[in-house]
Amino acid sequence: MNATAKPAGNHERRAEVSSALARRLPAHAVLTAREDLFPYECDGLSAYRQTPLVAALPGTVEEAAEVLRVARETGTPVVARGSGTGLSGGALPLADGILLSMGKFNRILAIDPLARVARVQPGVRNVQITEAVAPLGLYYAPDPSSQIACSIGGNVAENAGGVHCLKYGLTVHNIQKVAALSIEGDALELGADALDAPGYDLLALMTGSEGLLALLTEVTVKLLPKPQVAQVVMASFTNVEAAVDAVAKVIGAGIVPAGLEMMDKMATAAVEDYVHAGYDLEAEAILLCESDGTPEEVAEEIAKITEVMREAGCTRFAVSGSEAERLKFWSGRKAAFPAVGRISPDYYCIDGSIPRGALAKVLRRIAELSKHYGLRCANVFHAGDGNLHPLILYDANVPGEFERTEEYAGNILELCIEVGGTITGEHGVGVEKIGQMCAQFNPAELAQFHAVKAAFDPPGLLNPGKAVPTLNRCAEYGAMRVQGGRLPHPDLPRF
Amino acid sequence: MADHFIPDLADRVKDHAARKAALRIRGGGTKDFHGARLEGETLDVAGYAGIVAYEPRELVLTVKAGTRIADIERALAAEGQMLAFEPPGFGEAATIGGTVACNLSGPRRPFAGAVRDFVLGTRIVNGKGEDLSFGGRVIKNVAGYDVSRLMAGAFGTLGVLTEISFKVLPRPPAEATLAFEMDEAGMIESVNRWSGQPLPLSATSWEAGVLRLRLTGASSAVAAARAKLGGTEIPDGTAYWDGLREQRLAFFAGEGPLWRLSVAQTAAPIALGPPQLIEWGGGLRWVRGAIEAARAREAAEKARGHATLFRGGDRAAGVFHPLAPALAKIHRRLKDAFDPAGILNPGRMDNF
Repeated sequence: MNATAKPAGNHERRAEVSSALARRLPAHAVLTAREDLFPYECDGLSAYRQTPLVAALPGTVEEAAEVLRVARETGTPVVARGSGTGLSGGALPLADGILLSMGKFNRILAIDPLARVARVQPGVRNVQITEAVAPLGLYYAPDPSSQIACSIGGNVAENAGGVHCLKYGLTVHNIQKVAALSIEGDALELGADALDAPGYDLLALMTGSEGLLALLTEVTVKLLPKPQVAQVVMASFTNVEAAVDAVAKVIGAGIVPAGLEMMDKMATAAVEDYVHAGYDLEAEAILLCESDGTPEEVAEEIAKITEVMREAGCTRFAVSGSEAERLKFWSGRKAAFPAVGRISPDYYCIDGSIPRGALAKVLRRIAELSKHYGLRCANVFHAGDGNLHPLILYDANVPGEFERTEEYAGNILELCIEVGGTITGEHGVGVEKIGQMCAQFNPAELAQFHAVKAAFDPPGLLNPGKAVPTLNRCAEYGAMRVQGGRLPHPDLPRF
Repeated sequence: MADHFIPDLADRVKDHAARKAALRIRGGGTKDFHGARLEGETLDVAGYAGIVAYEPRELVLTVKAGTRIADIERALAAEGQMLAFEPPGFGEAATIGGTVACNLSGPRRPFAGAVRDFVLGTRIVNGKGEDLSFGGRVIKNVAGYDVSRLMAGAFGTLGVLTEISFKVLPRPPAEATLAFEMDEAGMIESVNRWSGQPLPLSATSWEAGVLRLRLTGASSAVAAARAKLGGTEIPDGTAYWDGLREQRLAFFAGEGPLWRLSVAQTAAPIALGPPQLIEWGGGLRWVRGAIEAARAREAAEKARGHATLFRGGDRAAGVFHPLAPALAKIHRRLKDAFDPAGILNPGRMDNF
């Protein structure tokens, strides 16, 4: 594992910035020792690592504002971090930057059951909100698979999704207001306690902005009434095309399922070995289709889903008969990442999103590329909304295998763009997919993104270099693609 | 004409940018009453109309911005689908571009989401005459900043909308409208309490002591909710909700000023004098009559919201709720980032 080379004068910078921070924050809130910085070296994308110049752990909004002031006065970049579960390197520190951990902002500030909102600090974990409001018959809908660990601030930064997005929306649909600090020191309130706010929709812009626009300090989330009943259908198919067709037919029948997930044979084998839920190991594709709502609604929907699955030619079929069985059916899908982790030393998760009509084509091509690169690939897929998660299996200790994996991944992402999709459905661009941004957007569009950033962050100190590539970088990326598509990120650390 | 439309439009914008000459973007012209000033030479976009792509089984629709809402709704209805934000048109000629630009959502908004919640992607020509695409035609997409949703409610001041992709939804099979006699405070309490329960609510409206409640969903769910909630079922429900969304109800008749107070759904009754119609589960309070702008704004702020002079009245004091200084600064810079010459609908949003 290499870290990027440290710029000259790093010691002096560290001393300057950390002493400026130490003057304004409690002693325990500033970390400079290498062993203290180690936990902040990477987020969920651990292939990329970097030691920050210094880490700051403010405990109050005032202290967070002081960190930004030091950043501004010393011209030091700032990378904000929540729980560090992000999968695109969005919270990867910068060698010459402050790593600002929001971990101490972990309190639920207010719950208003009548208004169905909760005001929380950004470090609160996603699942904590649902746990806190469950006694009121409410819940917070977005449920990324990392929900027991990921923070709501990170969810806003990435516009996190989950398995229930098709029906209940992404983070952007489930938050009402945020408080944030600008790099200039202004306290911003974006969105409102009302259903809309005057002026431009800056809340939409802030959601999914990967920490490049402002520092979140508070989030007001919407809470929904917990559905009374949920049931899941599990159906097996002997080929992927038939499963894809069944998905289209479910939607075509006027049903918006609460969840609609697909696993291919390799993913199924991996998860069955891990959770023993009784998945059909003969099937080429398994669909999990959930209905939730009132008992009447669910009974009506499950009957329709059953009919559609049968017509689409499923070979095995089961409806969960109890809550325990429903959770068992889901257990494998929810554990897909760790399950794949057990059958391979390393895996690389992709997050492309495509129009569902192109799914069969894309899966075929992924299989061809798998042969070409000599790397196995297990597919799990948010089938309802077109968000693919191919998991490429590799071994980081085999020389060259990570490079081949990245190249394979890059090819899949470009394929997603080619069929009218996107390089990231819910994990964000971060450092990981910054090269492919050049394929998805043209220079004028990228320049517009940079201008948006400059409107919020004129000195360009908030998480610079992430999410939106510079035009120079794209010129290099383009040149490389022409020369045979090797190594999309030459200047980034690799195995 | 269609093939040349965007390049021609881009050239015209470039030319105006070079001369710093204002352009007034116009679709069907049905929202001319809304917003602050109308300035500049008309840039007619109504001619750029038609469905670009519609995949009912993907729940995704892409249209040219000049497409009439009525045409879109007809195409969706043929497939048993709908725009769930129930766009108000305010006239036959209303286009989807105008509705998005003005951020208009109908009675279903608190239960299904606003226009911005259903925008998946936009193609725009910015104030530099650049043809740009953001977002896309997929449900989930986090590549780049969400410029598409930013366009909803920007009144054309950041770019000329040319194409828009939406998430569409199946039209629920059953609908019923119930009426309850209720005072204002009781209504606010009731609709918020019901909104926190698993009921198939899709609209609320209260005026003159009567609450109307719309239920939409699976027929069994609507029947069960009807039994649970009580009230009196009214037979002409659909006509009422159409009248509300298009502001054709008697409450909206005449030329007097119409204030729109968007406030916290649970905010207590706001005493201002003129009659009110309250929809969106308490969140949207229409006030029909002349009130001083300062008073409307103060009352809205107290109710944790904002006030807009939606129609008529004295527009000199500004139409929209003033922004906090820190936000106004970012708005100014965003406007400059998209339209440095300041030629796109200048003044339509008061200062932008």
